[in-house]
Amino acid sequence: MATNIAEASASGKATADTHLLLEDRVWLLRAMLMMRGLEERAMTLYRQGKVPGSFYDGYGQEAVSAGAAFAMGPEDRLCVLHRDLAAHLIRGVSPARVLAQYMGRATGITNGRDGNVHFGDWQLGCVGMVSMLPDMMLVATGMAMAFKLRGERRCALTWFGDGSTSRGDFHEAMNWAGVQKLPVIFILENNQYAYSTPLDKQFAVDPVERAAAYGFVGVTVDGNDAEAMFEATRAARVRVLQGDGPTLIEAVTMRMHGHAAHDDMKYVPKEQVEEWRKRDPIDRQETRLREAGVDVDALRAEIKAEIDAATADALASPMPDAATAADGVFCDGEAEPLRDGQAPWSGFRAEGAVDGDGQPAVAP
Amino acid sequence: MSTLTYLQAISSALRDELRADERVLVMGEDIGVFGGAFKVTDGFFDEFGPERVMDTPLAESGIIGTAIGAAVVGMRPVCEMQFSDFISCGFDQLVNVAGKMHYRQGLAVPITVRLPSGGGFSGGPFHSQNPEAWFMHAPGIKVVAPSTAEDAKGLLHAAIRDPNPVCYMEHKHLYRRVKGEVADGVFETPFTARVARPGSDLVVIAYGAMVHTALEATEDLDGASIEVLDLRSLVPMDEVAILESVERCSKVVIIDEANTTCAAGAEVAALIAERGFESLDGPVVRVATPDVPIPFSPPLEQAVLPSVDRVREACRELLEY
Repeated sequence: MATNIAEASASGKATADTHLLLEDRVWLLRAMLMMRGLEERAMTLYRQGKVPGSFYDGYGQEAVSAGAAFAMGPEDRLCVLHRDLAAHLIRGVSPARVLAQYMGRATGITNGRDGNVHFGDWQLGCVGMVSMLPDMMLVATGMAMAFKLRGERRCALTWFGDGSTSRGDFHEAMNWAGVQKLPVIFILENNQYAYSTPLDKQFAVDPVERAAAYGFVGVTVDGNDAEAMFEATRAARVRVLQGDGPTLIEAVTMRMHGHAAHDDMKYVPKEQVEEWRKRDPIDRQETRLREAGVDVDALRAEIKAEIDAATADALASPMPDAATAADGVFCDGEAEPLRDGQAPWSGFRAEGAVDGDGQPAVAP
Repeated sequence: MSTLTYLQAISSALRDELRADERVLVMGEDIGVFGGAFKVTDGFFDEFGPERVMDTPLAESGIIGTAIGAAVVGMRPVCEMQFSDFISCGFDQLVNVAGKMHYRQGLAVPITVRLPSGGGFSGGPFHSQNPEAWFMHAPGIKVVAPSTAEDAKGLLHAAIRDPNPVCYMEHKHLYRRVKGEVADGVFETPFTARVARPGSDLVVIAYGAMVHTALEATEDLDGASIEVLDLRSLVPMDEVAILESVERCSKVVIIDEANTTCAAGAEVAALIAERGFESLDGPVVRVATPDVPIPFSPPLEQAVLPSVDRVREACRELLEY
């Protein structure tokens, strides 16, 4: 059932061309550049002592979250992992709020309640992760269960890593979603290492092969190709909305930095890093767009200016009031469900938009 | 009004909520076609169908985790743990995902988890536990424990309508043993304590099945006036009611069917030590199950669970203090 990376990449690219306008392809680059730029800025702030705790980033993995999130409609729901900042940006989280979040400011997405990438803006249809991985696979499965029960044409999507495939919640979610044929997309972000543990100590068989055992489709995609990620996710979304059951997408990528800021990655062979550096997802998308005549340098300058402004904004924002530390443990009002997020793909905006199967891209 | 058993009252609340609110669904192992291990959802499958009375895979983490997902997109799931003991397999989802969600992200998780708990049936170490204190110690989770049929219904209505995760401890020993007059239709019982019997010489503080043990043990105790306070809710805990009882009675016996260390009663004792000290005329006395797994064989099990005799003895000693 799994295809090899080269095939997936080649076919993904060919098909993606038919679903992505030039503006969409620029959006993908923009999201990846913004993710990398923000994380680099946050690392600087961390070294300056302005980011408490540790710092985690997704350097080299930007295409996985950018490509997948770009295929999601406003009414779809996302459970986002810690190396997937681009997903938040695509859904509409502002760069200043991201930096404020890292610095534990009152204006961060969690108002200082949680740190680094442990966040999700519920008003943009996202739920933040917990550190017990992959707990959110079950949460996404439950969202899909509700969509199916109510007869809604929406889906849920979640990311998790190669280490997550060893825990029971991976099995429980895959099995549950398979049994009930739920509209959920599982994205296995295979970045070669779970902290320091390599793949051969994590599983005996490539976990994408397990999808068939749970009764649904598993595909392997080049996780360093944003357009291939988009296309694989778009196609998966068409399938899940048709009622064909879940899809497991294995995005093959590489964690180019340590697990967190303190990790020097001594356990990773230098050649492996160098090999993957040649496959940088941003370089790849930039090359494509330069060939298409896009002024990438102008885009880069624009993003840098936005990050500079966001940094100033975040640094000027207040720390949370210590007197509020015990507030908000319980909800005192009405339980309000997740709201819709931004969905910039042109396929959702076009008049009479279809998502590949002749149906409206967004449920009415 | 209808005369219902504790179990019928739970069923009645669930049925009323399923009828009143299409966002409510019940989910768990063997609850659909079979009607549940204790038959709480008997007949539900035919009335509400397989999607709202959902037979799930045997996966407690899955039950809690998917319920959280459904809740944050607008549903009101009610999960059944077949036995409360099995919540250990869903602990992480409940404590780390559900319990912390609103504090971290401002997102409410309106789920109810029904936990058939308690011993007295030779259920052994894995079908007899009282795990409520595990969740009292985890921020963001409410914990309620009815002792009467009326409260079984009213607290379940309130739990399902609460915007937070609620652990609803239903005591298996009360299912068919306790019967009472229950108002028809939907009514919500507040998460506060209830004076089960007023008194002035000593108060026994208990919840769940131990309320009945307390009532029986002190019904006629050498003519003493014994109050019984039924906590009903452990989180939030009704501190005002507890301190008022202590002030009225000056002597306190606290009963837990759970293992002694860090049980709900330990929290009550700490509250009284901190804020009720001036009212006391004797030491706070606790009667609880010692820190052992609940044994299978009847003489062993009866030896560890708080009995009517043990409670009576503890009250007598304290009255003489």
